[in-house]
Amino acid sequence: MKTNFRLHWRRNLPILLFFAVVAFFLGLLFYNLQHNLKAQNIASGLGFLKMQSGFEIGESVISYQSSNNYARALLVGLLNTLKVALIGNLLAVPLGFLLGIFRLAQNPLLSKTSAAIINLLRNIPLLLQLFFWYALFTEIFPSVRQAYHPLPGMFLCNRGLFIPSISHTGLLIMVLAFVFLLMFFLVLKKSRSIFYSSRKYKLGLLITVFILLLILVSFLLSHFHAVEYPVLQGFNFSAGKSISPEFASLLLGLVLYTSVFNAEIVRSGILSVKKGQWEAGLSLGLSSSQCLRWIVIPQSMRVIIPPLIAQMLNLAKNSSLAVAIGYPDFVSIANTSLNQTGQAVELVAIIMLVYLSISLITSWLMNMYNRKMAKGMVRLNPTN
Amino acid sequence: MKEIKVLVFFLSGLMLSLTSQAETLSVVKKRGLLHCGVSTGLAGFSSPDEKGLWHGMDVDICRALAAALFNDASKVKYISLNASQRFTALQSGEVDVLSRNTTINLGRDTSMGLNFAPVVYYDGQGFMVRKKDKIKSALELVGASVCTQQGTTTELNMSDFFRAHQMKFKPVVFESNEEVNQAFFKGRCDALTTDISGLASERSKMKNPDDYIILPQVISKEPLAPAVRHGDDAWFDIVKWSVYALMEAEELGIDSKNVDLMLKDSNPKIQRFLGVIEGNGKSLGLSEKWAYQMIKQVGNYSEIFERNVGAQTPLKLARGLNALWNKGGLHYPPPLR
Repeated sequence: MKTNFRLHWRRNLPILLFFAVVAFFLGLLFYNLQHNLKAQNIASGLGFLKMQSGFEIGESVISYQSSNNYARALLVGLLNTLKVALIGNLLAVPLGFLLGIFRLAQNPLLSKTSAAIINLLRNIPLLLQLFFWYALFTEIFPSVRQAYHPLPGMFLCNRGLFIPSISHTGLLIMVLAFVFLLMFFLVLKKSRSIFYSSRKYKLGLLITVFILLLILVSFLLSHFHAVEYPVLQGFNFSAGKSISPEFASLLLGLVLYTSVFNAEIVRSGILSVKKGQWEAGLSLGLSSSQCLRWIVIPQSMRVIIPPLIAQMLNLAKNSSLAVAIGYPDFVSIANTSLNQTGQAVELVAIIMLVYLSISLITSWLMNMYNRKMAKGMVRLNPTN
Repeated sequence: MKEIKVLVFFLSGLMLSLTSQAETLSVVKKRGLLHCGVSTGLAGFSSPDEKGLWHGMDVDICRALAAALFNDASKVKYISLNASQRFTALQSGEVDVLSRNTTINLGRDTSMGLNFAPVVYYDGQGFMVRKKDKIKSALELVGASVCTQQGTTTELNMSDFFRAHQMKFKPVVFESNEEVNQAFFKGRCDALTTDISGLASERSKMKNPDDYIILPQVISKEPLAPAVRHGDDAWFDIVKWSVYALMEAEELGIDSKNVDLMLKDSNPKIQRFLGVIEGNGKSLGLSEKWAYQMIKQVGNYSEIFERNVGAQTPLKLARGLNALWNKGGLHYPPPLR
């Protein structure tokens, strides 16, 4: 026991020393910083968070005005970042799967097109792509007064896409209708009565119910004034919902850029599954798409997930380029706050903390999923 | 972006520890080069020409300082800074003086640890709109999208203005000035807001400047001045009195052309100013010829103004508030003695 301890001690001493040196330097840095900030009369501390921010923010998930405090302004920024990261990843992962599978397709048109897209988007810096999409949005779409009007209640111009908004009542009606339809479908599917068993009959019934429900929902919506249409008022459309060109170009840029990396990950994952698996599946009489869906993809997930996590994190982190094209993300708002208060150290620390938290939480969740998948794999394939 | 911020954070931490003790004057003298923080390009104030040489009022302030320090106006290194980088750059010692159309306000003077030299340009914030939109007043901008740059007092003034008049608006905020202007000129925004001199500057760069008008409302006071770090009074004095000296020269009628003749003038004020009667230079810790060199190499305030933003330039700005006190303006240099 004693020798064991000594052995540990001797082995760990250099590591401990290293940590001590690092801690010493960090301490020195911190002390220096405190001292110098004080000497130069620069404010420090987190008191500024409670002060009135005084600036407006272009778009926000929660209500916000310039009389709110810095903490709320930063929250607005955080939610804007999370919004683009969440929607971005929800789109980039499936798109990545699609592109990756296409690249491996037998059809040369499909695989060559996919490869071209991947190579093009992967090799152009993201910032440049963002500028490109933003310029495109502001250049090709007309001004507010000449807005495109593709569908009733929908407008497209260089201020963004404007669509009707639905009130809470309206949303409730639609959800209820959807749930009803779903339940009806399930009941119908399960029913074994001879009278209803004809497939054609079931489909007809479903469509009739769907149309009736559609009429009912639209009647209810108009009755409760649940839909608000965008109207041109002065400089801009008011009422309704809008998607700003800043958000759209950021989302588009991030999704396309990340999805091509995802595609390569998916491709490598699929290629990592042994050929024998394909052959076995095909010899059992499965079609190649069934083979892909039920045999190859589940096995490739183990290879795909860890690098995919990295790409998801990348998307979240890359969203901080938003400031270049005027989307008020977290970094943008923190930058503005930094300038108004001058408290660079605190705000940069907050920025780092926030991105660290986003990354750690995402990777924690994805690792959980990964463990689950890996476990399933062991059960499925005990010799592996 | 994030990576750069992190780097700035650590570097500023390290640099603060290096610079805070040292006297700026001796550091600058030893280096033989003045580090001057300027904008990323604002015609008339600080912008590089096609050869990479910087021009503008803010640039001339730095040149004058270099002339006072080294008898050589060219000994300046220009460091172009975004609105959101400028204060950190000054605080951390990356620049010795920030001469970058920066507005004086209480917060910056106190909690940001800056000291402001005398006002170089009295400005005010305004709005520029497209002529074809037929807007006559800023009060008609209800619901408008307004483009502006991040990290400026502009952002706050604009919010205050719309709040005070209970008008809704949509800010579109960019980090770089170029992006702001592009967004406006391409039609993403209905109005562009910044200091009126800046609006004039941006308009002068357009192919068809007559398509745009600057609205009459001035929504804020924007006294633009060079800034130095808090806590180095000797350096602050040098910057402060150098700016005053440029105005004093105009008041005394000394300019770059007649300065050599003026050396023989019998007026004691002029003799004191040009160092014929010694004293001022010694008090500041500079050579007695400091003011002479500034005027000889860069010119007086009037020359600087007319050369960069005056009636003969594309900006066509009138002296207005920026005339001397005895000509109806606000510039009032205290006696140099």
